Order: sequence, then structure tokens, then C-alpha cells
Amino acid sequence: MSIMMIALTAALINNVVLSQFLGICAFLGVSKKSKSAVGMGFAVTFVLTLSSLVCGVIYRFLLVPFGLEYLKTIAFILIVAALVQFVEMFLKKFVKSLYDALGIYLPLITTNCAVLGVALINVQKDYDILTGTVNGFFTAIGFLIAIAIMSFIREKMEYNDVPKAFQGFPIVMITAALMSIAFFGFSSF
Amino acid sequence: MNMSKDKPLERIWNGIYVENPVFCLILGMCPTLATTTSATNAIGMGLSTTAILTASNLMISLLKKVIPNRMRIPSYIVIIASFVTIVEFLMEGFTPEVYKALGIYIPLIVVNCIIMGRAEAYAGKKGPVESIFDGLGMGIGFTIALLLIGSVRELVGAGTIFGIKVTPGIYVPVNIFILAPGAFLVMAFFVAIMNKLKIGAARRTGWDPTENGCADCSGCAHRNNCSGKVSSEENTEVKS
Repeated sequence: MSIMMIALTAALINNVVLSQFLGICAFLGVSKKSKSAVGMGFAVTFVLTLSSLVCGVIYRFLLVPFGLEYLKTIAFILIVAALVQFVEMFLKKFVKSLYDALGIYLPLITTNCAVLGVALINVQKDYDILTGTVNGFFTAIGFLIAIAIMSFIREKMEYNDVPKAFQGFPIVMITAALMSIAFFGFSSF
Repeated sequence: MNMSKDKPLERIWNGIYVENPVFCLILGMCPTLATTTSATNAIGMGLSTTAILTASNLMISLLKKVIPNRMRIPSYIVIIASFVTIVEFLMEGFTPEVYKALGIYIPLIVVNCIIMGRAEAYAGKKGPVESIFDGLGMGIGFTIALLLIGSVRELVGAGTIFGIKVTPGIYVPVNIFILAPGAFLVMAFFVAIMNKLKIGAARRTGWDPTENGCADCSGCAHRNNCSGKVSSEENTEVKS
């Protein structure tokens, strides 16, 4: 599969939220306002790209040579946790404006299953480091697209008269279901 | 229900109904939506999560005095990840079909918010026995929720339950229910039914279902990380 095809698949056809159900917690939790949703989307893009790269490097050059592939779950989650801390410290010190924009979302990303999920998918599909990083970046773009659209719809929905039992979470899920059906259109490419 | 707190039975009832992790706390959404394509997969996911949750709750509760407060999140992650790796091996060896069907979602149990949430909210503070029952209760509640969603999706989407055909031949299965949109749809209706029940109960007894922290910050596994900042930022903007 060419890189182009992998990018397209990761971002649209196999959308991380709407067809693989990864990163749902953030997708539902931080999509009330478009400002925070886009902030979260960019924070995920940043961390996901970096973590796919670092996890790929560690897996290829540390775990495989020593025959420790079975430790990948523990290794990857620790890499992600450490990376998030490190990125937070780095941004706080050197790129203050970016830290102010992404700051509060960064710690939440450690437990975002999209990050760990992509690292594991890269191993499962045997992508090399470059392909894995591209896959990570475009998966995150898919996440950004989904969470941004969702937040725009939810802002409009504030003015709608939703039945009492459906208020809050259920109506958001129904919106997600409709979005998911719409994204199915991409798979006919 | 009048049961004294932290007793085994109360903990289990709490996990199944009062604070059901899926329908009430809305935690652990990724496995809930992704692995409920059939009742068998749902049970496999539910039981493996229950095992990991109970084991990690016990371990964390035993080690809570040894783990320094500042290092607790990384320590919890390592403990949970170790149990997940063990379960992964066991499933690969003994139930290879389920292992294959669940695929990437087994290692992803590590980031299941329920486990981290219980470690933070309960096991890190209470004794080992209560923590075991808390883990069991939450795990059973999770399994029941997954089984319900999985059965409905399989029944409507394929006309079978546990792989056995139950609908008459005239029924044409609605395929979309075992695909991604069906997961969102079925989940939405289950939570709506749960809300309806709680609204009814509130009207009868004067009990306010929202005060218990359903779907607000107190149920969130990340609340120590964000200390309510994300939620308060969203809420203030909505109000203003």
C-alpha cells in the first residue's frame, strides 16, 4: 500500500473515532465547545505523531533485537506517559503560547486509547518507522476532523428541544451514529 | 436500597446498578462500542476486564502504603499493564478465537478508564477486601452492560444470539447494527432508557440522580489530572 493510500485510509476511511472507536472518551468529553475541541484535536495530533515515531524506534531497535516483543504493551504505555510529561515540560519552558493553548489537554492524552492503539496497530501491520509516523499523523487528523465536526453540531444542538431522557450523552451518541454512517461513504472509494 | 457502605454486597450492587460504569459513569467507551459486535465477543471482553480490574484493584490496594503519592499514576499503569499482558497470554493460549476476534482491544484494556478510575477513586484509598469486591462489582456491571449491547446488536444485525439463529426466516437482518453506527445507536438508546428509569425514580422518591455524579467530573478517570479545568472551562462558557 502506498503512503498516500495509508494516509487516506487513516484519516477518512478507517476514521479512528467513528469506525475504530479509539479516543471516544476525549471525543465525547471535550466536544462541547468548538474552541476546546479543536485544542484537544491539535494536542492529540502533536502527541500521536511523536509517539508513533518514538514507539516505532524503540520497538525496532530495542524490543525486537532482544526478543522482548511481548513487553510492547507495557513499554508503549510507559513511553506515551513519559512522552506526554516531557512534551508538557518542554512546551511550558520553550513554547509558552502553544502550552497555553494545549496545556490542560496534554495530561488527558496519556489515557487516550487512540495513542496506544495506533502504536499497536503500527506493530500489528508491520509498518516501518516512516509509514508508522505517517499513519499516526493522519489518524490524528481523522480525530481532529471528527471532534471538530462533533463540536460544531453540539454547539447548534444547545438550542434544540431534545427529549428529557435523551439530553446530554444519548443525543451525542445518536449524532455520532449519523456521522459514522456519513463516513461510511468514504469506504466506497 | 439501604446497605451500609463498603460491604461486599453493597459494592457489587453499586457496580451493577448505582454506578454502572457503562450506563451511568460512561467510562470505558472504546471497548464497549468496539467489541460488542456479538454476544460472545462482549462476554470475552467483559470477563477479561473483570479479571484485570479485580487483580489490579487488589494489588494497588495492597501496595498503596508503599507507592509514593507523586509516583502513583505511573505505578498504577505498570501494574495494570502487567496484568493485561498476563491475560493476553492466557487468552492467546486457551481461547484463541476470542483472542483473534478482540485483537488490538485486549492490549488496549490498559487505557480503559474504568480500571484507572477505580484505582484512583477506590483501591488507592480502601482496604484489599473492599477493593476486590469493588473490582468484581464494577467488572460484573461492565460485563452485563456489554452483554446487553452485544446481544441487541447481534440479534438485530445478524438475527442470532451467541451464534445461534433465533429470528424467523422472514426477518432480514439490519446489517448496520453490527457495523460502527449500530454501536453508537444501541448505546444511545440504552443510556436513554437508564436516564428514563432514573428520572422516574427521582420523581417517586425525591432522589436526584444527577447529584450522585453521573456523567460529571466525579466519575471521570482524568479528574486528578485536569482538576476540573476542562469541564469548568466548558461549563462557564456555556453559561455566559
